[in-house]
Amino acid sequence: MIHLKKIRAAKPADLPQVIEIDALITGLRKPAYWAGILRRYGGRRPRHFFLVAETEEAVQGYIVGEVRDWEFGSPPCGWVFGIGVRPHARLGAVATRMLEEICERFRRAGVDKVRTLLARDNALVLAFFRSQGMMAAPFIALERDL
Amino acid sequence: MKLQQNTMIALYSALEFAADPERQISAAEIAAKYRVSPHHLAKVLRRLGRSGLLHAARGVGGGYRFAGNPKRITLMDVIELFEEVGARPAGRGARREEERALEQILAEIDETAKATFRSITLDTMIKLLARRRS
Repeated sequence: MIHLKKIRAAKPADLPQVIEIDALITGLRKPAYWAGILRRYGGRRPRHFFLVAETEEAVQGYIVGEVRDWEFGSPPCGWVFGIGVRPHARLGAVATRMLEEICERFRRAGVDKVRTLLARDNALVLAFFRSQGMMAAPFIALERDL
Repeated sequence: MKLQQNTMIALYSALEFAADPERQISAAEIAAKYRVSPHHLAKVLRRLGRSGLLHAARGVGGGYRFAGNPKRITLMDVIELFEEVGARPAGRGARREEERALEQILAEIDETAKATFRSITLDTMIKLLARRRS
């Protein structure tokens, strides 16, 4: 278990660490993407959440989500569309704490369901969300080449 | 993906052992609980033992104990010991376009099933069972 100081809204000063964590996981640095996420989800908006989990030393993880109304025909619900934890901080309950926090904020925003969408081969993150009690949603993701 | 009876027995057994890793459980106890043939179950448990998931306990009563990490072992890890789960040959052998198209859909269903089994650990299943019972 990692001793977290706080889970709080992300600030501009957190971006380099968030970009670093994402790059450690995905192998890609995406500064423009994360600057856009901070613009749209940072701060204290009531339905948009970009949170970071920090210890005394550093940011250990991030989670991004929002409440969306009637997407895909679904009544308003919380969507988590980004989560990452420093590899060396895994198995320290960081992601669990961040998910609990964003779910609490979704509840306060008036919704009672949380959803996410993942690549089928992302076994690690799929297993995490499963371990948190998430089950298959009544949706099927589709795509085609353009 | 349709699971064979042996695979289902292996999954029940793995969950039974993983729920209490310190406990030594006899084959007879599991056979009675899930109403399966002890002979059938013995073969399944030997296979789980050879894979390293179970320790065979010697001495009075015999039986097995869990030897893995329930937070790391997925349902697919158990299933793969008993089923051929390689990629479905996409339309190979199918001569008509209709057959190939249907094979593609069946492969899609298989991939979703496999991803689901890969994403669920024994620990997650045990928690799911606890929630269902409460």
